[in-house]
Amino acid sequence: MHVESATSPRLLQALAAETRSGGRTTVLIKPSRNSLSLDVLSLHRYWELLYFLVWRDIKVRYKQMAIGAGWAIVQPLVTMLLFTAVFSGIANISTGSIPYPLFAYAALLPWTYFSQALTRSGTSLVNNSNLITKVYFPRLLIPLSAVFSSLVDFAAAFALLTGMMAWYRIIPGWHILWLPVFLFICMLTALAVTLWFSALCVKYRDVGVIVPFLLQVWMFASPIAYPVRLVPAKWRLLYSLNPMAGVIEGFRSALLGSAMPDAATMTASILGVIVVLYGGLHYFKHMERTFADLV
Amino acid sequence: MHVNPIVVEDLSKQYIVSAVKRRHDTLQDHVADSLRSLVSRDRRARQRTQAFWALKRVSFEVGHGEVVGLIGSNGAGKSTLLKILSRITEPTEGCAAIEGRVASLLEVGTGFQAELSGRENVYLSGAILGMRRSEISRKFDEIVDFSGVEPFIDTPVKRYSSGMYVRLAFAVAAHLEPEIMFVDEVLAVGDAAFQQKCLGKMKDSVGQGRTVVFVSHNMAAVLNLCPRSIWLRGGEIVADGPTEDVVSRYLQSLEAHKDTCVADRTDRKGNQALKFVDIELRNSDGMPVQRIQCGHGMTIALRFECARGGLNNVYVGFGVHGKFDENLFDLNTDLGGVRFNALPRQGMFLCTVPRVPLMPGRYSFNVYCEAGAELADWVLNAGCIEVEPGDFFGSGKLPHTDQGPFLVSHSWSMAAAPTASA
Repeated sequence: MHVESATSPRLLQALAAETRSGGRTTVLIKPSRNSLSLDVLSLHRYWELLYFLVWRDIKVRYKQMAIGAGWAIVQPLVTMLLFTAVFSGIANISTGSIPYPLFAYAALLPWTYFSQALTRSGTSLVNNSNLITKVYFPRLLIPLSAVFSSLVDFAAAFALLTGMMAWYRIIPGWHILWLPVFLFICMLTALAVTLWFSALCVKYRDVGVIVPFLLQVWMFASPIAYPVRLVPAKWRLLYSLNPMAGVIEGFRSALLGSAMPDAATMTASILGVIVVLYGGLHYFKHMERTFADLV
Repeated sequence: MHVNPIVVEDLSKQYIVSAVKRRHDTLQDHVADSLRSLVSRDRRARQRTQAFWALKRVSFEVGHGEVVGLIGSNGAGKSTLLKILSRITEPTEGCAAIEGRVASLLEVGTGFQAELSGRENVYLSGAILGMRRSEISRKFDEIVDFSGVEPFIDTPVKRYSSGMYVRLAFAVAAHLEPEIMFVDEVLAVGDAAFQQKCLGKMKDSVGQGRTVVFVSHNMAAVLNLCPRSIWLRGGEIVADGPTEDVVSRYLQSLEAHKDTCVADRTDRKGNQALKFVDIELRNSDGMPVQRIQCGHGMTIALRFECARGGLNNVYVGFGVHGKFDENLFDLNTDLGGVRFNALPRQGMFLCTVPRVPLMPGRYSFNVYCEAGAELADWVLNAGCIEVEPGDFFGSGKLPHTDQGPFLVSHSWSMAAAPTASA
């Protein structure tokens, strides 16, 4: 009973009508096995819905919270203080001319964003099961909305950073122009990992348990508490495959004027993102058709 | 060349269900089985799965502006078909082409967020159902007006009564302007007056040349709204044609269905933690009977079996339906002010009606059970009650047959109106 090969005359007519009518939207519903089309382009029709989903995430998150977005600052701030006490105070890690608190905070900024986006979106499909089983929209919007809505927390934490920089009298140079680029890579990384975890979580709920643990390991595998130059040179390239390594070094250099990550590090990081993102998109698309049945 | 907006060809959907029935006769078996399944979970799980076709080669077309009813008993594949056409789930085989802007209303309040206010939810739900932001803003006042919850529009919907919630949610849905609409039982909620309002609104939209596929268990609504109906049974189309014909054939088949014992029915819903196995009518002397006289006492005995003993917080419902399968009344434990706890593995729920308030005729009933807030068993048209003429009023008289199905005890008296001079 394989129908794909023998699409019937009626359906061909319907499809032909679609091409002729131009603006009309005809949707062909059929089993999508073996389909490799990612169909990311059709997303543009759903920008408004994405906007509403992001808006909903933010609204719901800060409803009934006394200090609301204040929490977005508390987390990186406390981690920064802890790191300063342990790594600068006790372990005495040298960060050159940059004060350690700034050194750590500039790295915690993208890291906190990344870890929050991942924490939120890991279970996002499961949490939105009521939508997924009742209405159609590209499922990609759900992890996307987690990636975008976490930017609010990022903005709040960034505001504190500007205050800290003023306190230490550090004025960013022209390197600051690179910041949006690194933020973009950071968002792509978050999206890439998120795609994998949210889709996996639909099938294996264990993923919800793994995420916090994985983030803890990942944090120490990224140059947050220590500078990259402490990593032995022979491991450096492998280390740089972690996209967050490039992002964090990039943030530091853009904000604090430390050396730009070298070309090899950046190439490795970007390559890492592309591979994970491409794989994630495919996996997500592959799983997408079964979400409504599994969730 | 004109092509129909909905073309469905050989659509099939297969679900893989894991067989949950496991017998553990001894504790040793149980432990061994658990250990084995820990070690090789995947392989064993695969062995225990079964393929099940929810839809089998379904083909039909719906023309522009046509309103089609989709009827059939539980598990016939109506909802699955609607989900495939709405692109929520994919077919296993076959294909369909849909041309035009689609809105699917598979539940009331899709996308509603309890924390957000009514106003915010109107925007959110509107966007999720496919409206543009400008469109929602334009229709906002109209939506709020239709719902009648205006004073509470800035209150979080979690503080709404369930009636208000449904009204607001439906108001959003009713203001969608798609070319094609898939509607699943959304009218089964809300109070009667609001249901009428919704039916009216649906009729309006039909008038605007909208193509609608409408799933319902309410034959009266289907007859009222849809000139054409499709009847599904076991995932296959049994009949497709003018609603009167299809509905009467369907209702006839239900008559035949009533001879099937409840225990053997497969078209049931629920997790089967509890299963109805037999339903018996008894007269006021406790004797099993086939027929009951109106005005006499009746006891409904619902025999059940549980997958395990000790179920708690059990809700039982018994819904009585009329000639067109329309709801007449509901008897349930919440109305009776009880919930059952610590159920035995096998047992019986008894519901007593002191005086049967129905006109002579044949009435079908549904049985429904929830255990711990989860649907355990639900069988539509589980059986029927034959009511014979009886002396309900003690006057030896009954109303004419076309005066409605109910008998209500009452009395008459007369008094002189006080005059101004007195």
